[in-house]
Amino acid sequence: MATLGEDLRAPAAGRRFGFVLDRPEWLGPLMIAPAVLYIVAIVGLPFLLALYYSVSDISMGRRTLGFVGLRNFISVVPTPKFQTSLQNTFVFAIVSQVLVIILANILALALLKDFRGKWLVRLLILLPWVAPISLGTIGWLWILDSIYSVINWTLEAVGLITADGWPMYLGKPYLAMGSVITVHVWRLLPLATVIILAGLTSIPKDIHDAAQVDGASFWRHQFQITVPLIRPILLVALLFGLVFAFTDMVVIFVLTRGGPYDTTQVLASLAFFTGIQGGDLAEGAAIAIFLFPLLLAVAIVFLRIARRAEVT
Amino acid sequence: MAAGTARRWGLTLGHFGVVGLFTLFTAFPFYWMLVTTFKRTSDLLKRGNNPFVYNEAPTLENLRVLFQETFYVKWLVNTALVGVAVVVITLILAIPAGYALARLTGRWGEQLGIGIFLTYLVPPTLLFIPMSRVIGDLGLQDSLWSLVLVYPSFTIPFCTWLLMGFFKAIPRDLEEAAMIDGLSRFGAFVKVVIPISVAGVLTVVIFSFTLVMQEFVYALTFISSVRQMTVSVGVPTFLVHGDVYFWGSLMAGSFIASVPIAILYNFFVDRFIAGFTVGAIK
Repeated sequence: MATLGEDLRAPAAGRRFGFVLDRPEWLGPLMIAPAVLYIVAIVGLPFLLALYYSVSDISMGRRTLGFVGLRNFISVVPTPKFQTSLQNTFVFAIVSQVLVIILANILALALLKDFRGKWLVRLLILLPWVAPISLGTIGWLWILDSIYSVINWTLEAVGLITADGWPMYLGKPYLAMGSVITVHVWRLLPLATVIILAGLTSIPKDIHDAAQVDGASFWRHQFQITVPLIRPILLVALLFGLVFAFTDMVVIFVLTRGGPYDTTQVLASLAFFTGIQGGDLAEGAAIAIFLFPLLLAVAIVFLRIARRAEVT
Repeated sequence: MAAGTARRWGLTLGHFGVVGLFTLFTAFPFYWMLVTTFKRTSDLLKRGNNPFVYNEAPTLENLRVLFQETFYVKWLVNTALVGVAVVVITLILAIPAGYALARLTGRWGEQLGIGIFLTYLVPPTLLFIPMSRVIGDLGLQDSLWSLVLVYPSFTIPFCTWLLMGFFKAIPRDLEEAAMIDGLSRFGAFVKVVIPISVAGVLTVVIFSFTLVMQEFVYALTFISSVRQMTVSVGVPTFLVHGDVYFWGSLMAGSFIASVPIAILYNFFVDRFIAGFTVGAIK
């Protein structure tokens, strides 16, 4: 920070630092350094701490930080709670991402065409992504309420269910999982849609025209021309979606708190309940660390895409 | 001919059907918040009532409760304060970094840029446990400063990346002309590049502010006293936790904090997506 301050003052202070300000090999690092240092301090160090906590006996309110090897992992991994959470994390992330990608493709295709009021439609479709997710989920909490659910009222009104057969969306294991997945799809669909839409609009029109002239059918057109062309961008949408889905706990925290009976508990929420609410920082850290391999995989794929984009 | 017209009509109808269904899915919760905001509690909590209409006269009571009997206004103010502070920190650090990555560094800069961007993907749920201890050791628990300190960890990476792309699009000639006129490289950056980058800077401002409003996990972890909460944590934890769910006020609070910022954000979303998709689009 201090060095940046000097830079800013330098022009006024004559040409003392002039040589620095003109030479890219000095100025470049100087201008990047503050941002990099901040990130190292706020992301890098805590990350290392997270690694160390997972092999220590730290807990809230105690000052000890002894090394205990793999004890936390040994005590936490075999528990049914952890096993369920691990499994739920994969179900939650993969099912929601498959749905998001399929739905986003359909929606993006529909939005490719121009029509009146498109700006309004786009705004309405973006809402779930832009609004604070914890607040959007509150809306769902009310929609899925066990006694006053508007969905159930409507289903009863059209005769699909009876007054005493109202499903409890957040109270029954499979329904609860279905509900949190639905809300998560709701939340991530807009992002995936606009990303894919950006990919679709970047395809030159003559490619579509050529396909049309050659008499390609709709499906053939989609799967043999459009999808291959937007594959890199589909991958980007998928990667972001996977990261958000694997590591998110907001939807679950607000809707079910992991219940009923941990059937919607995921690693992120379990880490929160164990580490922060339960005060066992070490075990919480051990649980959270399981998110890391996944992030690493995503980072590697991402780097490969970025490299390919650079080369071509 | 008639068959062709029918077919075209069918396609149009199908198209509107698809768009309509999706819009219903995405927007319905917000519509529902709005409807619920003006309903009387007695209306809401009568099971036989048709929830789509006002069975009793609409009321402003829920809004009164929200603004006068809860800390909602305080939460909004807290969120705004944190937002402004985070935006300032982000701008100070990300603008020079973005420029340097765009212009002053070669190959290693590109690698570093990608590295910085990747830190955006490190989720709060991986870091919040050590963070909570660090924040405690700094004496910042229950203080908005904890959020001011930590939020740039995700705004800086993305904004640096966004600005890098933005600066790259500015023609080099502009700075070179300024440098021929006697400005230093840094002087050209301050006096020539920044003034014509208002659109990019504005995108970063909106984007950082929205991220601050949306953040939930850190705020939930660091802040436990009601007065210090931000709106994204205050509404779901405090208004839900009573014996009674104040559905009307809850929905009002959620709607008011969601929709205006969403409309603002909508204007900038294309730039935002351009940042997200890196080099995947040509």
